[in-house]
Amino acid sequence: MYLDSGATSQRPLHVLDAERRFLTTSNAAVHRGAHALAEEATDAYESARATIARFVGAAPDEIVLTKNATEGINLVAYSLGNASTTPGAAGLALGPGDEVVVTEMEHHANLVPWQELCRRTGATLRWYGVTDGGELDLGSIELTEHTKVLAFVHTSNVLGTVNPVPELVERARSVGALVVLDACQSVPHLPVDLPALGVDVAVFSGHKMLGPTGIGVMWARRELLDALPPFLTGGSMIETVTMEGSTFAAPPQKFEAGVPMVSQAVGLAAACDYLSEIGMAEVAAHEQQLTGRILTGLAELGGVRVAGPVGSTAAELAHRGGTVAFVVDGVHAHDVGQVLDDAGVAVRVGHHCAWPLHRRLGLQATVRASTHVYSTEADVDALLTAVRATQEFFGVVPLRVAATTGSNGTGGTR
Amino acid sequence: MDLQELYRETILDHSRRPRYAGLRAPFHAEVHQVNPICGDEVTLRLRLGEGEGGERTLQDVSYEAVGCSISQASASVMVDALTGRSARDAADAYQAFHEIVTSAARGETTMDPMERLHEDLAEALGDAPAFAGVARYPARVKCALLGWTALRQALVQTA
Repeated sequence: MYLDSGATSQRPLHVLDAERRFLTTSNAAVHRGAHALAEEATDAYESARATIARFVGAAPDEIVLTKNATEGINLVAYSLGNASTTPGAAGLALGPGDEVVVTEMEHHANLVPWQELCRRTGATLRWYGVTDGGELDLGSIELTEHTKVLAFVHTSNVLGTVNPVPELVERARSVGALVVLDACQSVPHLPVDLPALGVDVAVFSGHKMLGPTGIGVMWARRELLDALPPFLTGGSMIETVTMEGSTFAAPPQKFEAGVPMVSQAVGLAAACDYLSEIGMAEVAAHEQQLTGRILTGLAELGGVRVAGPVGSTAAELAHRGGTVAFVVDGVHAHDVGQVLDDAGVAVRVGHHCAWPLHRRLGLQATVRASTHVYSTEADVDALLTAVRATQEFFGVVPLRVAATTGSNGTGGTR
Repeated sequence: MDLQELYRETILDHSRRPRYAGLRAPFHAEVHQVNPICGDEVTLRLRLGEGEGGERTLQDVSYEAVGCSISQASASVMVDALTGRSARDAADAYQAFHEIVTSAARGETTMDPMERLHEDLAEALGDAPAFAGVARYPARVKCALLGWTALRQALVQTA
């Protein structure tokens, strides 16, 4: 039973077949070479870019393919760090007195690159706090005219909280800050139209949406891509090169140095098609139903605390992602994960690359169950059974439950 | 493998009632170790003393461990066994414990590492073999070694 899709998803044969078909019939280095195979490979790569763009409502030339989502955020942060020395980009430059604003619920990938940008430029990092209930505390700070970047996660990879994008975009707009959205847990699970969200940059990863590892996507508004200096440099991203210096290709090529990951792009496009065929609204509805089953099931077990929104009405689930992080009272998350694994249930345990969030909530580690389109009610029921088995093994079945089931609540199975 | 093989009663007992837990002063070295994968943390303080013939001894080892039952229990077993012993005993015990929690993962059949220890130390470290089940779970090896790594680092710092 695989309930760790928030970490990485399983890939349908459709995706594997698309990669294999490309590799066995059209493989060549793209954007170089005049032979027919190179043309086929280039077509496959660019048509994959167009499919991926369509999936999120974007124009193909606004889609930059990266190694993963983490690289996408680093690309923006690094590029902004070089803006001060780039003609035409000085307006994007940061320096002492400027601010980058993030939130306390960020994945490390949307935190550490900004910490590093601040360290390099002398800018100050500030953040929105998180409430005890796992929502953003929008009153915790105010953006100011010094705020140059607001970077935040769309759907929390731990709590499942969906952040209020329109509200945050409006706040950023009113002070002229760039908005960077981490869409890693939203694009794979619900219909998302990136340009319509009003953000300037968004990143997501291929492997969390039934696609391959080794490919991520950075979308940004065309004018921003035009203005930003390149990140990695070398082949493919140039216009002319002399010994003295070089000029750069237009976006998105400007940000894709070296021979890119072609079969992964083809695989990700196949994943987009696969999900579109099902319909993202259907995918979201399926996951909401399973999330509701997890939340009500855990509540019925007792002795389990969920970090993040716990409401399980249809309306509440519609505004929540499909990851459920929880702790079992009296048992460390690592030990819970071990017993679950023994029962054949794969979940993630630890801080899920969101250490500050766990610290904020007073949790050292949590158990995280996460679903995708292929997850079933049987998977969820196996999880719930295994959590109860964990409580029994460690002798922490809640007394209320123990009294009604006749268990002595302390013996367990040892 | 049966879960009971991993979570021996000895381990569960130490994790519920860790021996010599808490941070005490004075100390000669303080070390902080984390497992970045899961966030387990241990802070360990070492106060040295002088034994027979001027040998360095572990006069007091105090610690604060936050983490899973395996990491808590292994720190407890370690401190329980090594407090008052020589730095050389601590090094030998580390070797033996390391081998216990990693040997099955390497797929090697070795001589029982406890047999290489002198009898007195082996007896003090009597709870260590309970951790043999850890070797089947590579992800848990780091948990089991967290406190031990901290002590080794503290000994290096004070050498």
